[in-house]
Amino acid sequence: MVKLIAKSPCMGLLPKTIGAVDLTEVEPALITLIAPFAGQTKAVSAALKDALGVSFPAPNRAVGTGARAVWVGMGQALLMGANCPDLKGAACIDQSDAWAIVRIDGVDTSAVLARLTPLDVRDSQFKRGHTARTLVGHMTASITRLGVHSFEVMVMRSMAGTLVHELEQAAENMAARATA
Amino acid sequence: MRLPCPLCGDRDRREFFYQGAAVTLDRPARDAGDAAWNDYLHNRDNPAGETRDLWHHEAGCGAWIVVHRNTVTHEVYGAELAQKAKA
Repeated sequence: MVKLIAKSPCMGLLPKTIGAVDLTEVEPALITLIAPFAGQTKAVSAALKDALGVSFPAPNRAVGTGARAVWVGMGQALLMGANCPDLKGAACIDQSDAWAIVRIDGVDTSAVLARLTPLDVRDSQFKRGHTARTLVGHMTASITRLGVHSFEVMVMRSMAGTLVHELEQAAENMAARATA
Repeated sequence: MRLPCPLCGDRDRREFFYQGAAVTLDRPARDAGDAAWNDYLHNRDNPAGETRDLWHHEAGCGAWIVVHRNTVTHEVYGAELAQKAKA
């Protein structure tokens, strides 16, 4: 029988520390896309709240800590780190292997991201619990703020290498400025 | 240029795809006749001034939006979701 080896999207690429920036891969065991049918958002949100304690997030918001729900587009959210309950009013799609997720920590994180995305990631505009679909370089991505100096960037799995490369390059440039 | 996505707020123009005049929302009836359908399919005004355009927030929330703007002053008056817009 063939032995299959499970590989994470960023295997062999991360973790890395560049200057004041730490890049680590995040691997939630399960990721489920939840897309409520027309008019069902409230009912789906209530069902999620009952089952897992997180509601269906409003646009541009991420909720929860253990089980997390991250808004990823019009009428869509990703449930991460928990089994998706049986939701009558929504399409639920397993996307556990679809996303490459990189966590960025360190004092320079905002400056690094500002080099790559048109989104305003300053503290005053993009707070903890805020999330956004936007561009990282030429890739569509989802950016979530986890803390003062900590972000999570998600792209489709096929672009894991490019994402890591872009982040590395930006972090190296920031580090070079600091030592110049 | 920044466009005010009704879901995401003000976003960079790079995140949007431009479709064209929002007249496509105003589809004629099936039996409206050749003239009406020809006009709907092929003829567009090219106004200098206020326009209503369809844009797709392709690198963002994925919504189709109708943007009301001015091609002369580059002023953007506002935007609404295409699914809620009246043609």
